Amino acid sequence: MGFWQNVLKIVQDYWPNLLMACRTTLLVSLLGTACGFLIGLLIGGLRAIRLDFTASKASRILKRIFDAFAGLYITIFRGTPMMVQAVFIYYALLNIIHWSNIQAAVFVISVNTGAYMAEIIRSGIQAVDNGQIEAARSLGMSNAQTLKEVVLPQAIRNAFPAIGNELIVNIKDSSVLMIISISELMFSARSIAGTTFRFTEVYFIEACIYLFLTSVAALLLNWVEKRVNGSGLSLPQSDTDPTNMKLSRTAEQKGGNRDYDARQHS
Amino acid sequence: MTLVSIRDIHKRFGSLEVLKGVDFDVQEGEVVCLLGRSGSGKSTLLRCINLLEKPDSGEIRVFGEDILNTKDVNAYRAKVGMCFQQFNLFSNMNVLHNCTVPQQRVLKRSRAEAEEKARYYLQKVGMQDFLQADVRMISGGQKQRVAIARALCMDPKLMLFDEPTSALDPEMVGEVLNVMKQLAEDGLTMVVVTHEMGFARNVADRIVFMDDGVIVEDCPPSEFFENPTKEVTRQFLRHYLEN
Ligand SMILES: Nc1ncnc2c1ncn2[C@@H]1O[C@H](COP(=O)(O)OP(=O)(O)OP(=O)(O)O)[C@@H](O)[C@H]1O
Ligand SMILES: [Mg+2]
Repeated sequence: MGFWQNVLKIVQDYWPNLLMACRTTLLVSLLGTACGFLIGLLIGGLRAIRLDFTASKASRILKRIFDAFAGLYITIFRGTPMMVQAVFIYYALLNIIHWSNIQAAVFVISVNTGAYMAEIIRSGIQAVDNGQIEAARSLGMSNAQTLKEVVLPQAIRNAFPAIGNELIVNIKDSSVLMIISISELMFSARSIAGTTFRFTEVYFIEACIYLFLTSVAALLLNWVEKRVNGSGLSLPQSDTDPTNMKLSRTAEQKGGNRDYDARQHS
Repeated sequence: MTLVSIRDIHKRFGSLEVLKGVDFDVQEGEVVCLLGRSGSGKSTLLRCINLLEKPDSGEIRVFGEDILNTKDVNAYRAKVGMCFQQFNLFSNMNVLHNCTVPQQRVLKRSRAEAEEKARYYLQKVGMQDFLQADVRMISGGQKQRVAIARALCMDPKLMLFDEPTSALDPEMVGEVLNVMKQLAEDGLTMVVVTHEMGFARNVADRIVFMDDGVIVEDCPPSEFFENPTKEVTRQFLRHYLEN
């Protein structure tokens, strides 16, 4: 039998398994990206606050402590592989909270994404025109009001391509979570390959599924981005363009990452 | 009545002393133009008045209140309007929302009340036909007029202008100056940093001239432009006559 016939046969025999695996991959990556976004919004937002002389001494001290912990969190989760984070966190907490591996998977991908999102949101905030922040303050808006009404809406718009890219990265990188035996795409591909011994065909199918999922996600993100920007303004070209998809988050963000440098200076 | 009373304020940025003991008063209803060379400390003085900068020493009383020790900086700032050279409109909001959101958040006005106010002042600056416009798409002169309306919506008792026409194309300077002149005629108290000598001469009640962190002249425009006493003032004016 030829390659394509094998592929067809495997799809016919195993499509329910593959479909379930897709569901798990999507569930984990969508939920993880959403939670990671919220974590990033909170941490990135708080980190970006610059207290002026009107802030109280207590809030200054709290801010210092918060910044130190947030910096540590970001360094640890961006500086270690998600696969290692997954096994470590899953087993370390297993005896304490008795969680399922799928809960652990969502948790790990959320806190991992949160660390990247915090930096994405923070640089989105730093790109917001300082003059607008001063104008808000000159009108009597508080720090929190300025953040909510002026800074965050613009920061999210600035950072939208990078935020969307996190979703695409998570669809792919959730494959490492097979290490804690959740039946996502990578895990079920391995077990199908293990029973059929058709390694090339199975992994070819798996690759096609990933490519399909990421391409659909990229198209949707581009569509949403156009809505978010509105009024046909020319904004920087999207990173979520399917032809421009990043191979991995680490390759893209480690090398010349400006946030990383900025954090070390501050 | 004295609205602003500044006594001996000093301000330094690192090793650079920008304000070297400034005394400055503004009476209610007065229009004061603050002139001086670039770097003389005009913006810094203006920014100290609404606490965007905090002076290192000295005293600032506004509306009789010692604002350097005020408990509620935001409530104070709401009473002082400021217009910037770069307009600084909120680019995530349309023209109307630029004017309504600060009122709703800071003054806790209802949406209806805020909109009524916004419409009134946008009409006053001639921007009533642009309520839904994206602020990134309108001209510089229009932006500055919206920024003025936004500030006026807070019902300020004092307006500060920091070179409101310096970033504008020449053909748009007039429309903004006309609005400001109208406000002056309405009796609004204004402190205006400007390089528009025509405006200073015709609209100001008083000229305050700064040089190198101190005030060197404080007199009516006629005196300032016709009989300047100090050499630096003459130099400054000569520079403008040449251009
Ligand atoms: N935040 C700051 N940090 C450091 N230096 C500053 C800061 N703000 C102003 N300066 C410096 O203080 C000096 C006075 O600045 P200021 O803006 O008050 O001058 P100005 O009279 O408004 O001048 P211009 O006409 O150019 O606006 C300048 O030399 C400026 O570089
Ligand atoms: Mg200035």
